[in-house]
Amino acid sequence: MLVPIKWLKEYVDIEIGTNDLADKMTMSGSKVEEIRRWGDGLDQIIIGEIEKIDPHPRADKLVVAQVTTGEKKLQIVTGAENIREGDKIPLALEGVELPNGMVIEETYFRGEASQGMMCSPDELGIPKHMVPEEFKGGIWILDQDAPVGTLFTDTVPLIEDVIEFEITSNRPDCLSVMGIAREAAATLNAELRSPQVSLKEEGTDWINSAKITIEDTEGCFRYVARRISDVKIEPSPQWMQQRLIQAGVRPISNVVDITNYVMLEVGQPLHAFDAETIKNQHIIVRKAEEGEVFRTLDGVDRELSAGMTLIADEKGALGIAGVMGGEDSEVTEKTTSIILESANFNQDRIRKTSQELGLRTEASSRFEKGMDPELCLLAANRACQLIEELGAGKIDSGVLDEYPKPVVPREATVRPEKVNGLLGTDISMDEMIRTLNKLEIEAEMSGEIIKVTVPTFRNDLQQEADFIEEIGRIYGFDNIEPTLMKGDIMVGGLSELQKMQERIKNTLAACGCYESLTYSFVSPSSADAIRLPKESFKRDFVKLLNPLGDETSVMRTSILPNMMEVIARNIHRNVPEARFYEMGSVFYSKLGESEDVLPLEVTELIIGIYGGEENFFTLKGIVQHLFREMGLEQITFESESNHPSYHPGRCAAIYSNGKLLGTLGEIHPMVSKNYDIDKERCYAAELNGDLLLELASVAPLYKSLPKYPSIVRDLALVVGESTPVKSIEDIISSYGGDWLESFQLFDVYQGNQIGEGQKSVAYSMTFRHAERTLKDSEVDEVVQKLVKELKEQIGASLRE
Amino acid sequence: MEEKLKQLQKEAAELLEKVKESKEVEEIRVKYLGKKGALTEVLRSMGSLPKEERPRIGQVANEVRESLEKSINETRERIHAEAMEARLMKETIDVTMPGKLPVQGSRHPLTQALDELKEVFIGMGFTVVEGPEVETVSNNFDMLNAPPNHPSRDFSDTFYIDENTILRTQTSPVQVRVMKQTKPPIRVISPGRCFRNDTPDATHSPMFNQLEGLVVDEKSTLGDLKGSLEIFAKHLFGEHTKTKFRPHYFPFTEPSAEVDVTCFKCQGEGCPMCKGSGWIEMLGSGMVHPNVLRNCGIDPEKYSGWAFGMGIDRIAMQKYGIDDIRLLYENDLRFLNQF
Repeated sequence: MLVPIKWLKEYVDIEIGTNDLADKMTMSGSKVEEIRRWGDGLDQIIIGEIEKIDPHPRADKLVVAQVTTGEKKLQIVTGAENIREGDKIPLALEGVELPNGMVIEETYFRGEASQGMMCSPDELGIPKHMVPEEFKGGIWILDQDAPVGTLFTDTVPLIEDVIEFEITSNRPDCLSVMGIAREAAATLNAELRSPQVSLKEEGTDWINSAKITIEDTEGCFRYVARRISDVKIEPSPQWMQQRLIQAGVRPISNVVDITNYVMLEVGQPLHAFDAETIKNQHIIVRKAEEGEVFRTLDGVDRELSAGMTLIADEKGALGIAGVMGGEDSEVTEKTTSIILESANFNQDRIRKTSQELGLRTEASSRFEKGMDPELCLLAANRACQLIEELGAGKIDSGVLDEYPKPVVPREATVRPEKVNGLLGTDISMDEMIRTLNKLEIEAEMSGEIIKVTVPTFRNDLQQEADFIEEIGRIYGFDNIEPTLMKGDIMVGGLSELQKMQERIKNTLAACGCYESLTYSFVSPSSADAIRLPKESFKRDFVKLLNPLGDETSVMRTSILPNMMEVIARNIHRNVPEARFYEMGSVFYSKLGESEDVLPLEVTELIIGIYGGEENFFTLKGIVQHLFREMGLEQITFESESNHPSYHPGRCAAIYSNGKLLGTLGEIHPMVSKNYDIDKERCYAAELNGDLLLELASVAPLYKSLPKYPSIVRDLALVVGESTPVKSIEDIISSYGGDWLESFQLFDVYQGNQIGEGQKSVAYSMTFRHAERTLKDSEVDEVVQKLVKELKEQIGASLRE
Repeated sequence: MEEKLKQLQKEAAELLEKVKESKEVEEIRVKYLGKKGALTEVLRSMGSLPKEERPRIGQVANEVRESLEKSINETRERIHAEAMEARLMKETIDVTMPGKLPVQGSRHPLTQALDELKEVFIGMGFTVVEGPEVETVSNNFDMLNAPPNHPSRDFSDTFYIDENTILRTQTSPVQVRVMKQTKPPIRVISPGRCFRNDTPDATHSPMFNQLEGLVVDEKSTLGDLKGSLEIFAKHLFGEHTKTKFRPHYFPFTEPSAEVDVTCFKCQGEGCPMCKGSGWIEMLGSGMVHPNVLRNCGIDPEKYSGWAFGMGIDRIAMQKYGIDDIRLLYENDLRFLNQF
């Protein structure tokens, strides 16, 4: 909302400067977005008169004008086409600097001297889109009575400070100079002056020959109409044009400008119809018929639907209520009488209509926020007053006002104790009442409570808390003492689960992994990209009804596609190697008869690596390290050759006590290819985060340090090359006996020294007894038994 | 004989001085002190001396032996030290060569910014609660007093799964869940992903992160809200930080306030980041609307509360000087490894 300060000052006395006003208004709840200063640098522009215009002897498109300032005569060459002899124009003389930075000097145009410049509106700082039609591309022609030789800004009120306010959606009443004036009066503790409206009504009596019928009482709550005859359409005076421009509205003609002026002033949108186009002077407010076609005044044929409210006469539609008038009833230069509409419409209806038609106007955006029906008559009368004052027409006597159910101001109560209790203040009841009164809220003491009557323009004030805010913001939030939280001391912190998540992040960072964060929504084609089987439940996506695009149209069921995109992006940007992880939610469509209406959200942890020395085992090492850090024991890795996203010979399923914890492997080259990765081998581990967190336990328990020495035995075994070491280790674990403290694989060898199709696997085993020193012979006995089992179960022999 | 002994001592000392290897020292030791060594020989011939001279000469002989043993040991040490010195010199390296760095990853800058915020609130007695990204319209809007026709509910603002289910547009629904399940006092923060139907550009992302907080207790006041958020701002940006509470409108709080903090780039002087104002808009906040409390089964006559919310993406961008929000979700390693 753009508010010119001088306009504002018509309704409230403001003794402070614009900056101070802006600060104070911001702190009382009307946030200032910007302060614009109009008319800077125009203090040297004077008014000149064109005495004579001759063609330029050597240029077709230029003319040579003789201009007087009263004291001085000047010759000015111009290309403007809209000037005539006798016109009064704004004149910039030699040495003057214009707002656009241009400095005027005496110059020659094809041999003719030019001793100054006649200015166009945009050269004087009027934004191009605000320039009235008549001066577009030409010189600003002033009224005939403009005094020659005087300062331009004395005639045209251009110098002004304009404040732009951000108006929140609960305060449509502030979308007007009056509304802001009300706020300013309360903020500054100043007197508010409402506009005084009185009409001469010099026209004929019209109300007996005209009629308003509201058929659609759901859509229209009040309809006020006035008729104006002897209408003379012409430009509005400069003061009005400048105010409109400063408030962001382009001047058109007197009648349209007046309706806009009143809308900005009091907030009520008005519409003017050419009265002669209205059949039998009978205005009907009705619902549109489904499929009815209507041409709005922008020349577009619009197909209407049954939910929309129309302004019509006996033969057809005149306008879409609260949105836009019709072309046939539009006020034109030929119009001699008009009917002025000041009405109140159902805000939801207007909002839907505007949305369905894709047509948003200044009027519709105001109506959809909710207007006060009590404004209708005031606004109509105020517009008529301006029409009389500007000599734009005669007001016919009488007003038609259909108002089936007048609004009754709401009453409410406010408890001062509650006000101070919620704000943490000590404001007296008297001050509360005074504050409410300043906001034009009637308030009076009634024993221990305050009784309030809510003005009809404050639909946002519904309950006690709303009044508390009014009192608080005018009292000033900055005057409220900051205090500490009272009540019981509360211990904050992370839950065990959250601490475990922190541990995962720390561990992976220590492993060189960077955390990536990617969108929770993906493309449905990502299922194909990671080669999910046709029957996979992960293809049953949670879909968005209104996605930005196909690429972000379903909720992810796996983070693998996101990780592949991150890896691919880095490879394509020539990052040679990287380790990433992401911990986040994946979403599964609700299954079966689940009572929960929401999809299942499961935490997934994914690690992705590529480049450098990376291989299956560097990733497995990271994963094993993570498990160790999280206190996970009893983890097994089993060969998995059927996972379509992974290399069939380099993929492991990870189990914890029979529960599938995740998958780890080299990405299948066909998956890589789907992400335009040609050569690079990529590796990923997908872990069920929820299960991981459930299994984790990190509370360490001290075990006393060993008191007796250990005995170490190395065991080099020869087995078939396809024998997984896990089968050896299972036997070692089972038959190693109670003294076997730990064992570790330290060498795998394949080559000439052992037979074809064989491999040698070497383990170092540590034996220890907690209460005595072991004897070599005892350990040898255990090892012999173990070797025997290894031979019997998997055909392992000792390496010679 | 005495002369002979002195002669031996001198001779051995001279030899030892020239010695370079420990093998030669041993040879010298054998030569003089060994069983057939020169000194031993001399001592053996002591018997031929007159009786009265024997003690004196014996004493001299002992002195010579001790001196010789001492010299031999010293020479051994000298050679050892020289050898070590030589080896160490040989082992000289170019200390200006680069060190071998351990691998080290990091948390995403958004996580780091969030961690910092969390830490401050945890210190003030808050616990961290989380909730689903896919939410009910009821929890995200209805319960939070959003008017039925509020534009934020539009298709153009919110992603819908079906008419009752959306991607949450704020983390406030987590607070609704907490209020429904927990008896006051409540003191929680809820960080998390949120979604709005915005086409990505330098300042907009359809997915972003928020941190919201909620306090519900008997006698919670707007003064508490001010005091607590002032402490928060000082913790985060330094003791000199000022805060400004401007009245505003949010459907779920009444009264509502936007909170500005002293621009942390220019300390309030005015700079391009704060558009010359010296202030940065940081939080939305307010006293929990009685309708919201009532919707969640909390009696607004007995309890009151305050809530706040802030965008983590924006805070991270301002803090680290990131000028394009899309960088946060691209995960380019060269971006991530700067934090």
